[in-house]
Amino acid sequence: MVKTLKLRYYVLRRLLLSVLVLLGVCVITFVIARVVPANPAAMWVGTHPTAEQIARARKELGLDQPLHIQFFIYMSKLLNGDLGVSIRTHDKVLNDIASFLPASLELIGTGMLIALMVGIPLGVMSAVKKDSIIDHFSRLFSIGGVSFFVPWLGMMGQLVISKWLGLLPIGDRIDMSVSVFHPIQTMTRFYLIDSLITGNFVAFQSVACHMILPALVMAAYPIGLVTRMTRSSMADILEEDYIRTARAYGLREITIAYRYALKNAIGPTITVLALSFAYSLVETFLIETVFNWPGLGRYAALSITSLDYPAIMGIAMVVAVVYVALNLFVDLVQAYLDPRIRLK
Amino acid sequence: MRWIKKDMLGMEARLRELRYSFHVIRRNRLTYASLIFILGLVVVAIIGPFIAPYPEDALGAVHPERAFMPPSSEHFFGTDEAGRDIFSRVLFGTRISLWIGVLVIILTLSIGVPLGVIAGYLGGMLDESIMRVTDMFLSFPPLLLALVISAVLGPSLTNSMIAIAIAWWPWYTRLARGQVISLRERPFIEAARATGVRSLKIMFRHILPNSLTPIIVQASLDFGSVILTAASLSFLGLGAQPPTPEWGLMLSIGRYYFLDHWHYATFPGLAIFVTVLAFNLMSDGLREALSPRLRRF
Repeated sequence: MVKTLKLRYYVLRRLLLSVLVLLGVCVITFVIARVVPANPAAMWVGTHPTAEQIARARKELGLDQPLHIQFFIYMSKLLNGDLGVSIRTHDKVLNDIASFLPASLELIGTGMLIALMVGIPLGVMSAVKKDSIIDHFSRLFSIGGVSFFVPWLGMMGQLVISKWLGLLPIGDRIDMSVSVFHPIQTMTRFYLIDSLITGNFVAFQSVACHMILPALVMAAYPIGLVTRMTRSSMADILEEDYIRTARAYGLREITIAYRYALKNAIGPTITVLALSFAYSLVETFLIETVFNWPGLGRYAALSITSLDYPAIMGIAMVVAVVYVALNLFVDLVQAYLDPRIRLK
Repeated sequence: MRWIKKDMLGMEARLRELRYSFHVIRRNRLTYASLIFILGLVVVAIIGPFIAPYPEDALGAVHPERAFMPPSSEHFFGTDEAGRDIFSRVLFGTRISLWIGVLVIILTLSIGVPLGVIAGYLGGMLDESIMRVTDMFLSFPPLLLALVISAVLGPSLTNSMIAIAIAWWPWYTRLARGQVISLRERPFIEAARATGVRSLKIMFRHILPNSLTPIIVQASLDFGSVILTAASLSFLGLGAQPPTPEWGLMLSIGRYYFLDHWHYATFPGLAIFVTVLAFNLMSDGLREALSPRLRRF
């Protein structure tokens, strides 16, 4: 009874805190969009605005009102889901984001999966065999992973694997001919899933081939994080008494590592991975530009190059909300799993 | 006299500590190698303009007759679409990138650390308000915030550096504040307070020097990320503008040509990679050397 009450209290407190943080996010985006620029109305309507357009924007954004009223107008628009109209696409920014987001999520998800599949075994191995060749290699590998300039890594992949070896397509999400002759019925908008559940294997193959290279580049950064985190938490767990007991029973080292230690060591790794999700969302700006991937990242990069301010601010808002939501999610899951956190 | 003696004693202890840290760094060969490499980079950044074979190319000279030449003994890294020597441009780029790193870190520290020290030492409402503002900034991924601010300020190298510093300072405020809080109640600070030393002097003369180590380690850890962030901004057209020989910008333009001319993008990107790798390896080793908990005996 006491336990559920405490958990409930923690969840409530954490939710309230997130609302406050979101309010902070709104304050910052408001300051950046409306207070910092010399003429926010001109920015809002495009590069060569007419006097009439500016006057209309001033009225619409309430720029002739005092600052606190402007903020009120800004907030009420946000709460109604009105992020403005993109200068470049002439569509509502929220609609644009909704239609481009799934492609990016699919790419990030695949990248994260690769990071887990490579990073966890590497981290476990280097914790078990501390200071061995494997450990040194994994240190170099993970530091290397976070040192790449991702667009360059993508370009080198395109050059070597696609151009010189001819193994994988250079860019795009699916072959043009495949999308014409075997169109994917969109349900979830995740092409891999959609093509699989509709039994469209030609499309699935094309989508999977297009996915490999960008997903590997996407994974470069989280692989480093996952490896280092797994190594350090595994190293701590392997010193625990129950592991010594397991060793005394004569269990094999590999069984101890994967069946007994990893279960307790995986928490921080998952946390780090979840938190790096929002960073990956920003990284798609660079990766999707290189791979011509029709997702939120390329939309963002194009908006930035054409100084499409409504779109830029809208994307910033959405990414920040995702970031705050993920933080909240991670904290809640941890509190549920580990009573020590909610009792603090 | 006694003053000097006391100071010298402290100095000796500090020197001993420094020597020991250096010894730990030397024992780790990878860290040592990266340290040497970074020193080499600094030398290149300083003398680069004098040893570059075609210095005028770095400043934007155009030679259409020798466009897209592959690497040769005349042009080690080949030439770009305007016939400029990529090797010279990469050499000049070293200075720009290191300069960006140093300036941004200095700017970040000079906003973040004083705020953290003030918040941590004075506490109360001031602490609350400073920390709530940092919380607001920390709810954005730093690269995103830098992108947005830089877009609003207008594309230029200076604006991109300001934008990165604005996105980064809250991390240092947090760090400095934590350090100060752990020092605030120590006997030597209480003694200073009891003898009537002014708060300002206690904060910046007694507390700050004693909390610098983790801040410096963090700054060295961030150096690589700052270079990458600046390159990302340039890649998206928000940082350096053509014909500046900035590595990220060279890659951004090289993107249109590299599939037919492999050398275009390869070398500027390689320069970013080895530079950031060296800084990351060094700071990893530095952290190990300076924090007693991680030291291997």
